[in-house]
Amino acid sequence: MSASRSWKRPPIIERPLLRWGLTTGGVLFLVLSIGTMEVNWERVAAGVPRAERFIASFFPPDFTSKSTDIWAGIIESLWMTVVSTVIGILLSIPVGLGATRNLSPRYVYLISRGILAVSRTFPEIIVALFAVKLFGFGPFAGIIALSIGSIGFYGKLLAEDIEDMDPVQAEAVKATGASWFQWLNYSVQPQVMPRMIGLAMYRFDINFRESAVLGIVGAGGIGATLITSFDRYEFSSSAAILLIIIGIVMVVEYSSGFIRKWVQ
Amino acid sequence: MPIKQQSDIKIWKRRSGKRQLGIWFGQFIGVAIFVYCWQLVSENTIWMFVADAPRQAVDMMERMVPPKWSYMSNLWRPIWDTITIATLGTLMAVVFAFPIAFLAARNTTPSSVFVRPVALFIIVASRSINSLLWALMLVTILGPGVFAGVLAIGFRSIGFCAKLLYEAIEEIDEAQVEAVTATGASGAQILNYGIVPQILPAFAGISVFRWDINIRESAILGLVGAGGIGLQLSSSIDTVTWTQVSVILLVILVTVVASEWVSAKVRHAII
Amino acid sequence: MLRLQKLTKKYKTGDLALKSIDLEVPDGQVMALIGPSGAGKSTLIRCVNRLVEPTSGSVHLNETEVSSLGQNQLRKARRRMGMIFQEYALVERLSVMENVLSGRLGYVSFWRSYFRKFPQKDIDEAFRLLERVGLDHMADKRADELSGGQRQRVGICRALIQDPELLLIDEPTASLDPKTSRQIMRLICELCKERKLSAIINIHDVLLAQMFAERIVGLQLGEVVYDGPPSNLKAEVLTTIYGEEDWEATIDKVDDDDDTELDTVPLSSDKVE
Repeated sequence: MSASRSWKRPPIIERPLLRWGLTTGGVLFLVLSIGTMEVNWERVAAGVPRAERFIASFFPPDFTSKSTDIWAGIIESLWMTVVSTVIGILLSIPVGLGATRNLSPRYVYLISRGILAVSRTFPEIIVALFAVKLFGFGPFAGIIALSIGSIGFYGKLLAEDIEDMDPVQAEAVKATGASWFQWLNYSVQPQVMPRMIGLAMYRFDINFRESAVLGIVGAGGIGATLITSFDRYEFSSSAAILLIIIGIVMVVEYSSGFIRKWVQ
Repeated sequence: MPIKQQSDIKIWKRRSGKRQLGIWFGQFIGVAIFVYCWQLVSENTIWMFVADAPRQAVDMMERMVPPKWSYMSNLWRPIWDTITIATLGTLMAVVFAFPIAFLAARNTTPSSVFVRPVALFIIVASRSINSLLWALMLVTILGPGVFAGVLAIGFRSIGFCAKLLYEAIEEIDEAQVEAVTATGASGAQILNYGIVPQILPAFAGISVFRWDINIRESAILGLVGAGGIGLQLSSSIDTVTWTQVSVILLVILVTVVASEWVSAKVRHAII
Repeated sequence: MLRLQKLTKKYKTGDLALKSIDLEVPDGQVMALIGPSGAGKSTLIRCVNRLVEPTSGSVHLNETEVSSLGQNQLRKARRRMGMIFQEYALVERLSVMENVLSGRLGYVSFWRSYFRKFPQKDIDEAFRLLERVGLDHMADKRADELSGGQRQRVGICRALIQDPELLLIDEPTASLDPKTSRQIMRLICELCKERKLSAIINIHDVLLAQMFAERIVGLQLGEVVYDGPPSNLKAEVLTTIYGEEDWEATIDKVDDDDDTELDTVPLSSDKVE
């Protein structure tokens, strides 16, 4: 036994056929996708000085010359975010409860899951495209889009959280003879609440970031101002807007960490 | 103190008076903010259009059927581009996110005073800016096309992947790292033997998860000219060819569902 | 020979974990370090290979002063000290073989270790060790598929393949059942004898310490309060180390012979039958 025995690291995928199949498939895809990318290097090269100019415009960014537009846009983005987060979460609670296997009858479950799947599939901006057609240009269309996105996001996570909760605690409360709503209030809510508050903050953060692009399709927010500044090559103003967005996201993220700690 | 002794009965309240007051105050502020914001919405909305919307929606749906299937032949290339953008963008993000995550994690950063804040700033900046905004910038700089799309997806995803990854790094089991250190391994070897094996599943999971999201994101980059199926979508909407729009929506739906299936399968296989 | 002189460790929190410890471990001696939780046992052995940086004092391994080495030299010194951990500390997602071979990391270059191209000599030695502990058929299993006792054996192989002069062993039996604990302790002691290794074993099971170690050092609040043979470990001594408690049941078993049949030996007298 003690004669030389060679050793090699066992491969990650044990079946050789599958391993080689996946490897060649992956390589083939890479080659094809890079091959079909059609990069126009002349155009890219022409872009270099523009990129330099763009980066230079961050030092310093220009907060002043477009300040009324910028502030109006930021404020609009903020209130769009508040309204859509609140509406989205309020609507997602019944849908999320419905989409929980251990809570709802089967047909409610299927319908709720269907609603969640559809609202999650299409990015907010596509929904906004249609909302603009239906409700006209302006922030209302954006709010609709963000609310629908929030329902899909929050409802799904809520449903998963409830499905993952400790069944023993839930059973114990049920055993006391509590009604359905009492049961929800005493066993489900305490278990999922801290995480859901954190996720609400997170969704607020997402909605704010999304609201910054809805302007591209005319659904309100800071996006419109930003695009105008890009189109006019006023990069210093664009830089200012981007920095404000980053700053607000940081503030929201920091305070959400704080609130989450406070809740737990 | 929730329990108060009052003559000889104990009165129990869930919270002390001060705390309860604080909570009510918080709730009041919250409702006030919402009402104020709603008022702003109201001012900025033409309710006549909103009232008209259901009829419009029905009308739009009616004009969407039947989908114009012959339009599919124009869509294969955009679909391919969409997948290309998502995949190459994710690949690029993962390559950059990996080292950045190590620089950002408290337990692996070379310097928590100089390097870590820089890494964290890169992460926040990348995450805060929507991929559509990245695309907008890159199209302005590099011109329209798939390349700008790949970079946009890449830039946006670096922060996402690096954030999740550095959180995973901060949660590793230090005892395993210590054990490898005790053998006299060098820094690079400790990384290779003690840390990387622990975060590899998380890393793979994060990459696939982001790829799945990126399929969705790259479907809209066409709106600003960065390649993919979004271009067809916006032009079909602009020209009010609703029968094409429905085909495109179905295609996006199928692609997204398929990518979600793949991602779930792969993540299941890893864990 | 390992020599500690005035070894002191003060943590950033202000806790004085070690108070000027002087200790010598001659070659080939198996020494047990006992004491309550927080006495500084694991700080002490970690100061030896500087996983924890001592505040002052010196550590000498034969002629090398470990406590003053630079990073590169420290790595070379660490190769000479094998370490075995509480909770095994195997890299769980690596295979058994990779875990054992990780004991050679101090000897091979990064790229060799990266591509897992270890010298055949190391692989032979790894198989020999795995065979010795009865796990050679498990070489390609992932470490997290093993049972506790098996994992600790892999941990022992990882330490031994370093070809150390000294073993630093931190609570090797803390997460094992009584029977496996004894098997592991016996294995460690046998291997030390075979290879003429000296060892410091942190252990809080006094009975096991008495049974297997030649010398016992009691640590309390960072100070050595007992240093002597297992046979002198009387109730008063245990009281100074651990505090007031009825120690008679623990000491009773000291004369119990090592050769007692493994499967039937109870841990303390009140558990018989």
